[in-house]
Amino acid sequence: MRRPTSRIITVLALALTPILVQSIYTPEAREPGSVVVYTARIEKLIKPMFNAFTTKTGIKVTYFTAKAPELFERLRAEGPHTPADVLITVDAGNLWIADHAGYLQGFESPIIEKNIPAHLRAKDNAWVGLSVRARPIMYSTERVKPSALSTYEALGDSRWRGRLCLRTSRKVYTQSLVATMIKTLGEQQTEAVLRGWMKNQLRIFNSDTQILKAIAAGQCDVTIANTYYLARLQAKDPGFPVTVFWPNQNGRGVHVNISGAGVTKYATHRAEAIQLIEFLSSRAAQNLYADANYEYPANPAAEPDGLIAAWGSYKADSVDVAAAGALQAAAVKLMDRVGYK
Amino acid sequence: MARSHVRSIPHRLRLLRSGAPRDLWPVAAGAVALVVATPILVVVSSILTPSLEVWSHLWETQLAELAWNTIALITGVGLGVVVVGTGLAWLVTMYRFPGRGIFEWLLILPLAMPAYVIGFVFLALFDYAGPVQSWLRQVFGPGVWFPDFASYGGVVLVMTLVLYPYVYLLARAAFLEQSETTLEAARALGASRFRAFWKVMIPLARPSIVAGVTLALMEALSDFGTVAIYGFDTFTVAIYRIWFGLFDRGAATELASVLLFFTLTLYLLERALRGRARFYQTDGKVRPPTPKRLTGWKAWTASGAASLVVGVALGLPVAQLLYWTVTALGGPDYDDRYPAFMFNTLTLGTISAILAVGAAVVVAYGLRLSRNRIVTTFGRIANMGYALPGSVIAVGVLAPLAFVDHGLDAFLQATWGISSGLVLTGSMVGLLFAYLVRFLAVSCQTVEASLIKVTPSMDMAARSLGASKGEVLWRVHLPLIRGGLCTAAILVFVDVIKEMPATLLLRPFGYETLAVRIWQLTSESLWEAAALPALTIVAAGILPVLFLARSSARPRVGEWDDGTGGEGKHSRMP
Repeated sequence: MRRPTSRIITVLALALTPILVQSIYTPEAREPGSVVVYTARIEKLIKPMFNAFTTKTGIKVTYFTAKAPELFERLRAEGPHTPADVLITVDAGNLWIADHAGYLQGFESPIIEKNIPAHLRAKDNAWVGLSVRARPIMYSTERVKPSALSTYEALGDSRWRGRLCLRTSRKVYTQSLVATMIKTLGEQQTEAVLRGWMKNQLRIFNSDTQILKAIAAGQCDVTIANTYYLARLQAKDPGFPVTVFWPNQNGRGVHVNISGAGVTKYATHRAEAIQLIEFLSSRAAQNLYADANYEYPANPAAEPDGLIAAWGSYKADSVDVAAAGALQAAAVKLMDRVGYK
Repeated sequence: MARSHVRSIPHRLRLLRSGAPRDLWPVAAGAVALVVATPILVVVSSILTPSLEVWSHLWETQLAELAWNTIALITGVGLGVVVVGTGLAWLVTMYRFPGRGIFEWLLILPLAMPAYVIGFVFLALFDYAGPVQSWLRQVFGPGVWFPDFASYGGVVLVMTLVLYPYVYLLARAAFLEQSETTLEAARALGASRFRAFWKVMIPLARPSIVAGVTLALMEALSDFGTVAIYGFDTFTVAIYRIWFGLFDRGAATELASVLLFFTLTLYLLERALRGRARFYQTDGKVRPPTPKRLTGWKAWTASGAASLVVGVALGLPVAQLLYWTVTALGGPDYDDRYPAFMFNTLTLGTISAILAVGAAVVVAYGLRLSRNRIVTTFGRIANMGYALPGSVIAVGVLAPLAFVDHGLDAFLQATWGISSGLVLTGSMVGLLFAYLVRFLAVSCQTVEASLIKVTPSMDMAARSLGASKGEVLWRVHLPLIRGGLCTAAILVFVDVIKEMPATLLLRPFGYETLAVRIWQLTSESLWEAAALPALTIVAAGILPVLFLARSSARPRVGEWDDGTGGEGKHSRMP
């Protein structure tokens, strides 16, 4: 039988393993001359652009992906020692919150001012929109005539009873849609719209893709969804029996959101960070950026992908989407009150 | 009969506890428990500054529904895992039927299946747009009725299928520990086989069944993935809604403390139900019950029930994942980093398993030697992390780590003008710490259950022969509870490789795992592409579970080994 001391040594060695692993493992983030990105946009949709940037400038990009609120937690805990130089998130509400929580620093760049229209940039230059994501009405081409559709509000019409499916109010896309409605229509009128939707025995789904498939299968007839989800399904199956209706064209326009980027407050590679964002706003990168996920480019010089261009152009809601970030909590509470889950 | 009420043992235990004045074990146990309990206390402390506005909003809108749903969930899942887990354990220990030898270990395997994966697969298969309902509509017309799968029933079904193995494993071990003579005595007194099971075997196995159900319910309480995709709003869903929707992390943490309140209630409820009953098995050589051979339709019903559970909980999801993997194979979503992801996942699982079992041994042994109220309280709190969602634990872990890091940095700056930067935040240490906080309950429950079976007279014999307390642990206890340590390590390993939310938030920079990969793909609804990492996790989990199944195999007649390494000559108590 072995002596207790030798066992204690074994156990100590085992307990020390994590520290060993930690020391063997050198975080890429601390390599000099590289930009570190915290991104809520997943690797698949962002890596091609980083690769193009590295090819062009020789600056290495390393990134860390997670959900936006979790990236914020990490930034908050790391404080001035954060390795992050750039923050990329989807949804303007998230950008607004990052700005207001003090995770970003403003920066001025004539290149970006030239590339990206002013309404897609923060007023305090804290962040820049990099792609536009439209959230129009979508309908079954088999059971719905487009003439029956007009506005988001009109989805409360009794003709859609039992035929309306929408995404859960937990999703930030839904929250931003309702927040912008509160911004333009006021809280009371928005509540009336939501109650109209609810009265139509609104069915709630967990993802846009799920709803679109449910429409194709005949469970629902109309919904509100981001265009790229439909584009992905149509890219696989051109005969997918759902298409886009651009609502509110005689009024405020289609609800659009953005994905965007900013320089973190404690960025150690500030110059390279700005260089990266400038590159992402350039026409070449914008084509890559938008096409990777069938989104609309934020730079007007870049062309949207052919598949989504086929749905035609639309008038977008010009409401300050980021300002809707301030109303996001109000939107969630409103949906709680009307029972929209 | 091998059961007797032995009052003298607790008394002797107390004598043992009042040992040397310089007693380091309880101190060590208290220290470990305190460290593990810190993040949990950080979460609970949020109650001190309540977000009254959010609470009053919840009160007006959803609170009643959330509470009701959460209670309904744990009731449904609790009943489900007790019936399925105990029923199957009884079936495979008490009867012989075609395929029993295979089912005996096959029934453990759903443990390796992450709940969010099986939940999504089922929804994809059985929802309106899924293949099953589409086929039914084709055959029977569009009006054909099918239960709504995204509902309470669906959630309970999925969670029962994933969580019953905890009960099955522990109940089976408990049934195997029981003596044939106990059963014979009951039968001789005129009880039917079923009545003997109900009146004798179930009460004797109760502590084990309860331990299994506790783990299952804590996991059910903390689950977000399944309830979210099924649209069933529990407290955990509300936590995320408040955190990510209202951007009020403080209020979200307060809501998380409510989950701990649920756990505490369950714990107290069980204690009250158990009362003062204690059971010891004092006999030496115990013969486990001899299984009865089933014939005819009974045999086929037994095989049918077992294959149904295995088929639905394991076969169906694996088949669907394989199908998706094949359709997406060669697609753009695979690259040469997969072996690295897998290596990282396995490394984290292994290291955490060792740490969790080590900590559990220290805590459990300290609790055995001491009744110090502070030590027991911290021990209890340290065991509650399993009921908290991973992200909440991650936040609870980040706070103390950042505090230490920034404190250290400020100190070094002030003294020598050098910056240490972040040592712990965003490091491997932080992530492993979070796993320890989340999964200590799993290892601790298992280790405690084994340790408690070692009779105190062993401690005293060893001590009177001059062994120190540490030597007693090393040379007497650990060899005896080897099997239990193995079980604990494997359960933690499987839990860690499945874990996603804490990993996502705390992983070191550039350190990707299979679970993180699954999140990346599923967050964009790319389920076909996520099938391969999901399958890999299942495969990585199945290997150690198979090992577990082997090590807890049926003992040979006349030789009592319950798989927790007991050698018969010691008393057993819950």
